[in-house]
Amino acid sequence: MNLALLDPVAGPVAGALLGPVAAPVAGALLAAVLPRRVAAWTSLLAAASVLAAGIALAAHTGQGATITAGLLRADALTAWLVVAVGAVATVACWAGVHHLADRARHGDLTPAAARRYLVLVQAFLACMTVAVMAANVGLFWVAVEATTVVTAFLVGHQRTRASVEAAWKYVVLCSIGVGIALLGTICVYAAAIAAGPAPLGGLEALNWSYLNQHAAQLDPGLMRLAAGLILLGFGAKAGLVPMHAWLPDAHSQAPAPVSALMSGVLLSVAFYGILRYKSVIDAALGPTYVRTLLLVAGLGSLALAALLLIGQRDYKRLLAYSSIEHMGLIALGTAIGGRLAIAAVLLHILGHGLAKAVAFCGAGHILHQVGSPLITHVHGALARTPATAGLFGLAVVALLGLPPFALFASEITLARAGFAAGMGAVVAAAFLLVLVAFAAIARRAAGMLLTPSPTSPSAPAEHPGPRPGLRWLPLALGLVAAAGLGIWLGPLQPLLDSAALIAAEGIR
Amino acid sequence: MHGATWVEQAFNLACGLLLLTAVGALWRRETSALIPILTVQGGALTAIAVMLAAGHPDGGQAVLVAVVVGLLKVVIIPLLLRRVHRLVRNARETRPLVNVATSLLAAAGLCLLAYAAARPLVAVAESPTARATPVGLSLVLIGFFLAATRHRAISQIVGLLLIDNGIAATAFLATDGVPLIVELGVCADLVLAVLVLQVLTARMVHTFGDGDLDDLRELHD
Repeated sequence: MNLALLDPVAGPVAGALLGPVAAPVAGALLAAVLPRRVAAWTSLLAAASVLAAGIALAAHTGQGATITAGLLRADALTAWLVVAVGAVATVACWAGVHHLADRARHGDLTPAAARRYLVLVQAFLACMTVAVMAANVGLFWVAVEATTVVTAFLVGHQRTRASVEAAWKYVVLCSIGVGIALLGTICVYAAAIAAGPAPLGGLEALNWSYLNQHAAQLDPGLMRLAAGLILLGFGAKAGLVPMHAWLPDAHSQAPAPVSALMSGVLLSVAFYGILRYKSVIDAALGPTYVRTLLLVAGLGSLALAALLLIGQRDYKRLLAYSSIEHMGLIALGTAIGGRLAIAAVLLHILGHGLAKAVAFCGAGHILHQVGSPLITHVHGALARTPATAGLFGLAVVALLGLPPFALFASEITLARAGFAAGMGAVVAAAFLLVLVAFAAIARRAAGMLLTPSPTSPSAPAEHPGPRPGLRWLPLALGLVAAAGLGIWLGPLQPLLDSAALIAAEGIR
Repeated sequence: MHGATWVEQAFNLACGLLLLTAVGALWRRETSALIPILTVQGGALTAIAVMLAAGHPDGGQAVLVAVVVGLLKVVIIPLLLRRVHRLVRNARETRPLVNVATSLLAAAGLCLLAYAAARPLVAVAESPTARATPVGLSLVLIGFFLAATRHRAISQIVGLLLIDNGIAATAFLATDGVPLIVELGVCADLVLAVLVLQVLTARMVHTFGDGDLDDLRELHD
């Protein structure tokens, strides 16, 4: 009976569906047995394979086609997210090679710890690709909760008080948050089976495509309850107000490449669930309900981030709050809705992922060199290590939404779509908050990069810098990609258009 | 006829036990008492799953779900909790954020709230068991309350488990249980999450000297 769930298209096409999951699983298995150096480079290979598999998926689905096989399913929106995961993972795993080498040289990395790090990062990647490729909302939920579990020890890897505290808050708050989303999923399931028996049984009633096709028959009262729970639950994992409290702690305590993955794509993967659910809920309830909730969450996140960025003293927390700000913009764009705004949201997801990954990895190099996470302890970084500090600065410029980077294009498009949809006042308020955040981040970053170093006795001793080597290369590649996407989408344009259509109007 | 009433009574008893154990978790201050309470609750949940499986048209999967839930809630989770408890012996909630008497009043309020919130679920579902859905939501809300107002690491884990039991109960009562694959995934995630929290509790005891969450105040803005 379940055979009918399999796609008639077998062979190489179904293989494209397995690639993004198989690559990190293989990476995890190899990382468990290979010696540290080789395993680190293998993890980069696995991440690049995810990117390649994402591009292969894009080639199959860019014109609006869908591939399904068993519990996995891919359309253009999936392919876009897999490309984002692969691109950010490539930057993060490459930077991770240097991160592990630096820590090994510094003597605070046992072989067991290195192995655990590499295995968990690959498992983390596998969970994210399963989440975006899940055909089924239940499996999506399972994969999202699994990301919390596998990243817990990455957040708490240092075993200091701060990192144990961050890991505890992360696991408890995210598990509770995602638990709320499970309750919402069960409400959706109850609504779906009450609307009529699914031909292939209960499992099919939880498929994204089934829910989209039967959205109009779902009970509105129950969907209203479900929508609130789902937005609150996955919103917690996406770092949206009011369930954001874990984010700055976890993202500042994790090793830099892991922060890059968590800020760069994990938030977006959780938000992908909201994006998919929105078309289902809108078809059942009309567009205003989700729009109102997302506007509250988006503006709330922007306001909170702007407020806490002003007085921020820790540069990794600065980047974490900047993630809340950008997730707020993404929520705002989703609230505006329509193809133009959703295309802006998707471009924002990719551009923010790349820029934030580079920024976190650059911050990791600065942290390793200066030995202090405090902004006031970093002076004249640009003069001392021009390559990595310069790239960190450029990544911050990208995050501020300046041209030529992708975030400039996406924010302009988002504002245009907002005014066209008659939500000018909301958009104006949002960009006012973005401006406050801009000023706060720019001032702090300029202080770190440009201020000449006063020979103050309070600053901790600096490490003798390791040979710079090629550690700037992954960061530079990430920035080139972020800038390239801002100027010319090229072959990605039809993929973005198809993905935006699916996200805006649902699976048809 | 006589058989039906017997099953009905057993079903009502199990639902009552779910609610009673949730309130019991709020009432007892000794963290050691929480483990048997949670085991009994797991047993009641399993009983509900078994009764639903008995009346299910497509019984095989439902029986498997009941077996998995029973193993998890009655055997594995209490085992893990006992290991957590061994780390922090003699832990008591000496000064919960909200005192016990007020907590019990709050629990009554939360139950009323759950009845209001569950109305759309009860209205939509067709099965007679769906009328008991508010019990599941009450468990979820009481779990939130426990996790939010207690200081001990183990109390917060128990709060999380109450929430999960509540979600599982809601799923059983309103929909006869989620599909097997999803249920297996949910259970696997839960075991891993509790394992992670157990390791983190051990590290917390190691770095802070005890399992009091009040010590978590390094990170703030």
